[in-house]
Amino acid sequence: MQTIFSLHKKGRNKYTVPQFGAESYVPIPQHLCRAQLNLADVSEVDVVRHYRKLSSLNFGVDNGMYPLGSCTMKYNPKINDVVASLPQFTRQHPATIEELSQGSLHIMYSMQEMLCAITGMKQFTLMPAAGAHGELSSVMIIKKYFEEKGEKRNIILIPDSAHGTNPASVAMCGFTVKEIPSNSDGDVDIEALRAALDDNVAAMMLTCPNTLGLFDRNIITIAEILRSKGALFYCDGANLNAIVGKVRPADLGFDIMHVNLHKTFSTPHGGGGPGSGPIGVIEKLIPFMPVPVIAKKDNQYFLDYDRPQSIGRVHSYYGNFLVMLRAYTYIVMLGASGLKQVAEHAVVNANYLRVKLQKHFNLPYKRICMHEFVINDEGMPHGITTNEIAKRLLDHGFHAPTVYFPLIVHGAMMIEPTETEHKDTLDAFVDTMVAIKSEAHSHPELLKAAPHTTPVRKVDAVLAARKPVLQWEE
Amino acid sequence: MSNIPEDLKYTKTHEWIQVQDDYTGICGITDHAQEMLTDIVFVELPEVGIEVKAGEQVAVVESVKAVSDVYAPVSGRIVEVNKTLEDSPDLLNSDPYGKGWIFKIDIKDKHELDELMDASAYAEHVASGD
Amino acid sequence: MSFLPNSDEDIRLMCKEIGVNSVEELFIDIPTTVKNPDIQLPSPLSEQEALHSIQHTGSMNKQVCSLVGGGIYNHYVPAIVDHLSSRSEFYTAYTPYQPEVSQGTLAAIFEFQTYMCRLTGMDIANASMYDGATALAEAVLMAVRTTRKNKVLCSATVHPHYRQVLATYAWASDVSLEIVPYKNGTTDYNELSHKMNDTIACVIVQSPNFFGVIEDIEKAVSIAHEHKALCITTFTEAMSLGLLKSPGECGADIACGEGQSFGNYPANGGPLLGILSCKKEFMRTIPGRLIGKTVDEEGRECYVMTLQTREQHIRRERATSNICTNEGLCALRATIYLSLVGNRLYELARTNHAAASYCVEKLVDLGYECVFDAPFFNEFVIKFNNAKDIRHKLMENGFALGIPLEEYYPELSDCLLIAATECTTKDDIDTLVKLLQTI
Repeated sequence: MQTIFSLHKKGRNKYTVPQFGAESYVPIPQHLCRAQLNLADVSEVDVVRHYRKLSSLNFGVDNGMYPLGSCTMKYNPKINDVVASLPQFTRQHPATIEELSQGSLHIMYSMQEMLCAITGMKQFTLMPAAGAHGELSSVMIIKKYFEEKGEKRNIILIPDSAHGTNPASVAMCGFTVKEIPSNSDGDVDIEALRAALDDNVAAMMLTCPNTLGLFDRNIITIAEILRSKGALFYCDGANLNAIVGKVRPADLGFDIMHVNLHKTFSTPHGGGGPGSGPIGVIEKLIPFMPVPVIAKKDNQYFLDYDRPQSIGRVHSYYGNFLVMLRAYTYIVMLGASGLKQVAEHAVVNANYLRVKLQKHFNLPYKRICMHEFVINDEGMPHGITTNEIAKRLLDHGFHAPTVYFPLIVHGAMMIEPTETEHKDTLDAFVDTMVAIKSEAHSHPELLKAAPHTTPVRKVDAVLAARKPVLQWEE
Repeated sequence: MSNIPEDLKYTKTHEWIQVQDDYTGICGITDHAQEMLTDIVFVELPEVGIEVKAGEQVAVVESVKAVSDVYAPVSGRIVEVNKTLEDSPDLLNSDPYGKGWIFKIDIKDKHELDELMDASAYAEHVASGD
Repeated sequence: MSFLPNSDEDIRLMCKEIGVNSVEELFIDIPTTVKNPDIQLPSPLSEQEALHSIQHTGSMNKQVCSLVGGGIYNHYVPAIVDHLSSRSEFYTAYTPYQPEVSQGTLAAIFEFQTYMCRLTGMDIANASMYDGATALAEAVLMAVRTTRKNKVLCSATVHPHYRQVLATYAWASDVSLEIVPYKNGTTDYNELSHKMNDTIACVIVQSPNFFGVIEDIEKAVSIAHEHKALCITTFTEAMSLGLLKSPGECGADIACGEGQSFGNYPANGGPLLGILSCKKEFMRTIPGRLIGKTVDEEGRECYVMTLQTREQHIRRERATSNICTNEGLCALRATIYLSLVGNRLYELARTNHAAASYCVEKLVDLGYECVFDAPFFNEFVIKFNNAKDIRHKLMENGFALGIPLEEYYPELSDCLLIAATECTTKDDIDTLVKLLQTI
């Protein structure tokens, strides 16, 4: 596959640089300058054709159903992109935001308020640039809270089903992770939690609904147990799509949470970002929020830096503004009633797939699911694995679900259709999965050799890891 | 069915040790371990000269999808490491008991060897699925 | 506005299949006392009404001729950048975990890594970080991991916001951070030498620094290496890499910074593009995603995420970082930008410097002082009498003249940090001069 560098040819690059038109160029000392640049020189038509071609090798939500569990690959409304390209917003500089961008500050302030209304939290910050960044900032707030209280607590409890960013964030702040097992129903093992909880525990992190797609039936009890020991309760809001408008995390007893604008709130995933991971807190944690806080006085918005107990800055400016702008557009279009319907339709879609697929695939947790559910490869004929099923789905115009996560289910396949797929697409997905199961019986070799019709077939990841080549070489 | 040579001793964490006459031990990971890890792409070797305790993590083995710690079967001083693994980590897959050895250790207390498993005990351990 | 494609009939049929009488039954596990709260949000709007309302809000923003830099720069974004990065196969795709259907993203990010290496002079660059400030924080954590020391020396000429983010991360992970003062607009290298010892993990300098001054990176490198510490260089104006000697060439170990200047809008500070690159010996300790070249089973050249065992989804609490989603689309935009501009980046950088040189000359002619007598790229510090007042009046007349330095460097009160780019025309500067003469 060609990279842009193979299209390089001297003389092809006709990009015109504006000339400044004045003779006052102050020479920069030679020893500070580079001798030459070695980028690619390509004609504009070649650049366009090259990236257009690359795009055709990709599969996005606009290509087809993308049931990637825990990622909420819903349709990205195009009006969001129109709004995010308005020059009144794109041209504005962050350093002059108070003087020249009161409109942008209004968007951010309103967004903070709307997220508070949706989640029940008392204050939101939009600064974290991704969910993991929100998690990290939240763990910092937890750390600061206990530091200010004079309490030395250095353990954070995390369920065994947690997303990898949870323990990674915890470790980055010097806490130790203690894993709490899940019971056979998929809920947190309450007795194990009680046993693990002592005065050394700062907090528990829980995804709600959890990473199995289940709503923990003991959540109020968990919150009470933690509160009784003075520990904080953090909600990983990655799965908010299942409950948005149906319940507010603060009402369940959570003290602090992050949300993912690029999941629940429809902003595009971009092939790996940019995302946005705003965090919300209850009253007592407000003093520790990162600076600056977007505040309002006499109808003017301003940046409040006067926060002596703040954890400090976590981003060079105010977060991913254009991503917030897209999410803002989405929320104002949907309103509270629209968001509630999102959760309802997402949950109906997931349960529909669950009941249809459980006739053919092993379903470890046989209960009503939320917006996603987990099946696995147990009992598949000829030892066909989850990975092989996933690769075969690619041949049929579906993106594969999330595979091998969460770790507590062996060979897990986590399916999240989202609310923006309709019944016909879901039926087609079920038919395809059933056909794949049938192939597993009769033509297992087809599955083992899948995918067949994708732009490239199985890639050699071992070679890439043994002999890493991380940039283009002649 | 994984290979478990008779003349070696084994740990619960799937390391093997071959004890030489002069009480140095050659150590590596078992056939069962390399099978579970699949294609190994990188080995983080221990530092030569360091003192380690039995059960202490001394090396790390990486495959494409997983990372596994390697623990010292006994206490002692690391006297040599297998540098060829830097360029050929695949030796751990193809020859785990031979060319895929990881480190040599100067055994501090030979009584610790009694706490290790022999081939049949290890075979049982693998079969029990731990 | 609704994006729900299922009709009421669809929902009814699906509920029947599921075996429930109503949708509400599916929410049985949510405690009744807190279910279906009354959420206070404005009434829903149609797409058209939402657009109209937001455009109205946007009109509260004022457009002026901006000579503001300080970490984010006003550069021209060529038409094909928006055009190509808006292709939905790029922007509605997820992280490329299924390489067979993500070669578009993977190849483009591989190209991005290549461009970053060529510009920074490093061997390895990752697929992006959130922004320059967090890239720096993670670079420091990398240095701490590698050297197993936890003290860090950072020049006072590094962007104040970057130092603040670094301070936050340092506090969280028990790393000790000391600031090295500046002298004559650059890092005081004597002081740096003085503070240097064997407990220091790394030295951080920025070039061009916050004042726009080009630092002598080689000095920082030699001081760091003498004590077996790493030298991290950071930059906020990536455009400077088109003209200045690369950090790699100067001997730096890690080069990190902000890539917004390449094809991304200022947009009130985000999304941005963190760049993190390093020498090859740090390959296993660099955080973030790495795209590697490989082949598929039919021998075709292709790309895949590699060395993933460093990352959070495998290593969990022993990961190099918790980073998952990064700034993928912004990296794509930068890649398209650099592919179009190519080696003309050198001329573009020169135009930036020409505009800045002219601006300095004209302001000095008016009697203002260019505070630092040192080489600069496209930013510089000018002293005014009553800087805040002048700046305010200029703003009312359509000019944003720089950033007041007082809040960051109290000794530089009445100084403004001013930037000029290829978007700053001779006419703009002449008009500014005329305005200054009348104020």
